[in-house]
Amino acid sequence: MRGRRTLRGAWRVWGVLLRSQLREQPTRLILSVLAIALGVCLAAAIFLVNQAALAQFTDAGRRLVGSANVIVRGPRAGFAEALFGALARDPRVAIASPVLEIEAAVPGRREPLAILGIDPFRAGRLQSALVDGIGPRLPALFRTNAILLSAVAAARLGLHAGDALHVVVGDQPERLRVIGILPARAYSQPLGLMDIASAQWIFARIGRLNRIDLRLADGVDAAAFRAELSRRLPVGVLALAPHTQIDRTAAATRAYRVNLNMLALVALWTGAFLVFSTQSLSVLRRRASLALLRALGVTRAELQLALAAEGAALGAAGALLGVAGAVALADAMLRTFAGGLGDGRLQAVGAALPAQPAAIVGFFSIGVLVAAIGAWLPARSAARRPPAAALKGGNLGVESTAPSTWLLGAGFLALGGALARLPPIAHLALFGYLSIAALLLGAVLTVPAATVALLRVAPHTGRPVFDTAIAQLRDNVRPSTLSLASIIVSYSLMVAMMIMVHSFRSSFENWLVKLLPADIEMRVPPGNDTAFWSAGEQARISAVPGIAKIRFRRTLRIALDRRHPPITLIARDIDAADARQVLPIVAEAALARAARLQPVWISEGLADLYGYRAGQTIRLPLGGRLLGYAIAGVWRDYARSDGSIVLPRPAYEAATGDHDATQASLWLSPGFGAASVAAAVRARLAAGDAVQIMTSTAVRRRSLRVFDRAFAITYALEAIAVAIGLVGVAFAIGSTALARRAEFGMLRHIGLRRRDVVALLTEEGVVLTSIGVVYGLLLGVLLSLVLVFVVNRQSFHWSIDLAIPVLRLLELGLILVAAAAGTAILSGHAAGGEDAVRAVREDW
Amino acid sequence: MAEGAAAARAVISLEAVHKRYRSDRPAVLDGIDLQVAEGEYLAVMGESGVGKTTLLNLLAGLDRPDAGRVTVDGVDLSTLDDDATTLLRRRAVGFVFQAFHVLPYLSVRQNVDLPLRLQGVDAGARRERTEQMLAALGIGALADRLPRELSGGELQRTAIARALIHRPRIVLADEPTGNLDPRSAAQMLALLRAQIKAHAGAGILITHSRAAAQTADRILILDARGLTTAERD
Repeated sequence: MRGRRTLRGAWRVWGVLLRSQLREQPTRLILSVLAIALGVCLAAAIFLVNQAALAQFTDAGRRLVGSANVIVRGPRAGFAEALFGALARDPRVAIASPVLEIEAAVPGRREPLAILGIDPFRAGRLQSALVDGIGPRLPALFRTNAILLSAVAAARLGLHAGDALHVVVGDQPERLRVIGILPARAYSQPLGLMDIASAQWIFARIGRLNRIDLRLADGVDAAAFRAELSRRLPVGVLALAPHTQIDRTAAATRAYRVNLNMLALVALWTGAFLVFSTQSLSVLRRRASLALLRALGVTRAELQLALAAEGAALGAAGALLGVAGAVALADAMLRTFAGGLGDGRLQAVGAALPAQPAAIVGFFSIGVLVAAIGAWLPARSAARRPPAAALKGGNLGVESTAPSTWLLGAGFLALGGALARLPPIAHLALFGYLSIAALLLGAVLTVPAATVALLRVAPHTGRPVFDTAIAQLRDNVRPSTLSLASIIVSYSLMVAMMIMVHSFRSSFENWLVKLLPADIEMRVPPGNDTAFWSAGEQARISAVPGIAKIRFRRTLRIALDRRHPPITLIARDIDAADARQVLPIVAEAALARAARLQPVWISEGLADLYGYRAGQTIRLPLGGRLLGYAIAGVWRDYARSDGSIVLPRPAYEAATGDHDATQASLWLSPGFGAASVAAAVRARLAAGDAVQIMTSTAVRRRSLRVFDRAFAITYALEAIAVAIGLVGVAFAIGSTALARRAEFGMLRHIGLRRRDVVALLTEEGVVLTSIGVVYGLLLGVLLSLVLVFVVNRQSFHWSIDLAIPVLRLLELGLILVAAAAGTAILSGHAAGGEDAVRAVREDW
Repeated sequence: MAEGAAAARAVISLEAVHKRYRSDRPAVLDGIDLQVAEGEYLAVMGESGVGKTTLLNLLAGLDRPDAGRVTVDGVDLSTLDDDATTLLRRRAVGFVFQAFHVLPYLSVRQNVDLPLRLQGVDAGARRERTEQMLAALGIGALADRLPRELSGGELQRTAIARALIHRPRIVLADEPTGNLDPRSAAQMLALLRAQIKAHAGAGILITHSRAAAQTADRILILDARGLTTAERD
C-alpha cells in the first residue's frame, strides 16, 4: 500500500521534473539521450553483424556435415582410401561417404578455392541440402575436369556455366570446366563440387582421401563408436563429432568477436558516465527546487525514485533510438561489407539480418540499466540532503567538498589489480575485462581525492583571475570531478587502446623484420594444398641468375588434437645454435639436444592451447607415424593464432620423404634488381603467374597496411567514446557557466573585463581538463598493461612488447585541453555578456 | 558660472540621459539630470520597474544611454570603450547588492581583498588594508570563514567591506538591506554611511525603504517624470 503510494507520488514528481528539465535544458537532455543511443547502437550493431555472419557460417558448416554423426578426418595430404572400404563394410555404419577436401590454388587470387570431391550418390544421402542443388547436372559432373561452383564462388571468380576455371597443381596449371552454378540457397560460402574420382585425378591424389563422413546405424552409440574408432585409425587421422567440425570457426573467432563487442560497449560505458555526471550536475544545480519539493511534501523515497526514473527515461529514449539505429546499421553493414567484423575468418556473404528479439531487448535493457545506474547515485544523494540547508542559502548552502569515496575507489583499484592476475576462462580474458571495469570504477571514485591533492599544491600565482579559478575549483571539487568522469573514462580507454595498438604494431614490425631477412619473398598462393615446387623446380629456381642465396620452406597444416583446429607446420632451414637469429624466440630450453630428439620451436599459441613448454617433448603425426621432437624454444607468431611449429627441413624430409616447398626467401647478387629476378623466376615455372613474389619491403608495407586497416574500427570506436566524453566536458563547462552567470555579473560589476571572465572560465576549464588528461593518462597506462599482458595474451595467445607512443598521447591530451578551452571561451563570452550584468539582480 | 563650477566639482553628473529597452515600450529614463557633489550621500526611491537599477548601471558604465551624457569624476563615459569603462569601474566604483553576491568559494578575507588584487596592490598593503576594513566592519573574527558559514548580516558586511576596500570615488548600493531584518538593516545603513563618508567621494543608495533613505544627505524620487527631490521627514 505504502509502496504503491510512493510509486504514484514518484510518478507525479517525475512528470514535473522531466517537464521542467525539457523546458530548461533540452540540449543537455538530447545529448545524454544521443550518447546512450550511440553506445547501444554500436554495441548492438556489431553484435548483430557478427551473429548474422556466424549464423550463416554455422549453417554452411551444417550443410557440409549434413546428417553424418562421425567425421573421419585426416591430414590434408590424406590417407589411403582402403580405410573407406573398411568403414563402409562395418555393420555399425549405415552410410559411409568418401570426401577429398582440397584448397586449390587459383592463379591471380590470394585466397584458395575450397573444393569438395564427393561421391554424389553417397553424399546425397548425408548432405542432401547441398547435393540436391546439383539437380539435372549430375551426369555432367562425372566428366573429367567438371566442377560445379557455389553462387558465391562464381560471383567472386567472375565465372559462369561453361567458363574455364584454372587451378595450380604442383607447378602445373590445370583447367577445370564450370558445368553449372549451385543455387544460392544450397551453400552460402565459396565452394566447388567435383566428383571424387575426377578430383583425385586432377589433383594427383589417386587412391587418397582426407575425410570420410559416416552415419551410424540406428541404436549405435556414436560417442563409443568414435572412441573405439580413434584407437584403430592411422596416425594423424581423427574421428570427430559433427559439432566439433561445425563449432571450430565459431570458437576460433570467439576471442575477436568478444573483444570487438567489449570495445563497442566502451561507448556505452562512457555514455553511462555521461548520464552519471550530467545527472549529478543537474541535481546540484536544482538543489533549491528539489529542496522546495521536499518542503512541499514530497517524500525522500518519492524524490529518489523520480530522479532515478528521470535517468532511466533518458536511457529508455536513448536505448530505443540505439536499437533502431543498430538494426539499420547492421543491415547496411551486411549489405555493404558482406559482414564479419572479426579477424577476417568470419566473412558472411550477403547474410540476412536474423530476427533477434532477445538480443534487441537485451541491448535496450542494458541502455536503460546503465542510465538508471548513472542516475541512481545522484538521486540518492539529492534525496538524503536536508532540504532546509538547500533552501536557506541556495548556492552558499552546498557542502561541495570532496566526498570520502577514495577508500572505496582504492578498494576497486586493488580488486582490478587482483583480477588481472587470474587465468582466462574458456580462452576468454573475462577477468581481464572485469579488471578493466574495476580499475575504471576505482579511478573515478578516487578522482575527487586526487583532484583535491593536486589543487592543494597548485601554486599561488598572484594573478587574481587564475587564483580565483583555482579557488573555485578547489571549493567545488565534487561537481568539478563529476564533469571529469566521462572524459577520464573515455580518454583513459583511448590511451590504453593507443598504447596497446602501438605496442602491437611495433612488436609486429620487429617480427616482420626478423622473419623477412631476405631481399625477396616468394610463395605459392597461401592456404592452398595443391600448389608446390618439386625438388626439380626448386633447383630451377635456384639456378636463376642474380640469386646469391635461396632458402626454401614447406608449410602445411596438421591436426594434433581433435579439440583444436589444425596447426601450421613450417619446415625450414634452422639450426638450434642460431634459432634466435631467424625466429623471434621468447623462451628457450637448453636440454633439447640432451634428449637426442630433433629440435622444434613451437609458437606461443601452440604452447597456450596445448599446454606445451620449452624443454618438453611433442609428438607429431608425420609420414604416417607419431614422432617425438624436443621443444627447443617458444617463438612469437603473429600470423597463426591457432598454433604453429618450426621443424628443421632435413628432419621433416627424413620423416615424410616430402621434398616439396611452398615458400622461399631470396637474397640477390649485387647488381641484380628484384623485378628482373622475379620475372626470371616466373619464366622458369610452368605456373609462374600463380606465384606471389614480392620484395620484403613490400611485404612489410602491405602487412602493416592490413594491420592498420584491421585496427581502423578500433580507432573509430574509441574516437566516438572520446567525443562523447568531450561532450560531457563541454556540457559541464557550459552549464556551469550558465549557473554562475550572476557570479560573473558581480565580477563584471567590481571591475573584471569581459575577457577576464572568459579567462577565468577558460583557466578553470584548462586546469580541470588537464587534471582529467593527466589522470586519464596514468589510468590509461595502467589499463594498457592489462590489455597488453592479460587481455591480448589470453585472447590471442601471443605476447607483445610494451611501447608507449608518448608524442601521440601528448598530442591527443593537448587536443582535449584545447577543445575544453574552446568550449570555455565560447561559454565565457556568453556568460560574461550583458545578461550576466543583469543576472546580479536575480537571486542565486 | 557658479552652476558650472558646481558641475566641475560633481563626482557624478547625468545630463539629459535617455534610455529605452524596447521601441514599443516607453522610455525607462527620459531626460534625467543629476549632479552628485563630492562627499554627498544620496538616496533614490521609486516604484519597482521605474528604472532605478538602470540608473545605477548607467552610472557604473555597465549600460550605455541612448542619449545624454554620464560623467564620473569628470570623465565622460561615452568616450570610453568597454575595457576602459571596466578599468574605471575597477578603480573608482564600489557596489553593494541586495543579494550580497560574494564569491562562495573564497573566504571572507579573499572576497574583501579581491578589488585590491585586481588593481595589483602589493601583498603587504593589501593585507594591512583588508585587516583594517574587516575590523572596521566588525567581521575580523570571520576573516577565514567561507560565505556559507555566515549569516545574512555578516554576508552584507563582507559585501560592504569589498565595496569600500579600494576607496572608490563612488559607492552604488542597490537595495543593500532588502534581505536583512530591521535591526541589522539599521546597523548596516549606519555603517555604510559612515564608511562612504570616511572613504568614498560619493554614494548613491537605491531603496524602497523610507527609513533607509532617511540615512542619506538627500532623497530623490524617480518616476515617469524624472528625478525630483523629496522632503526629508
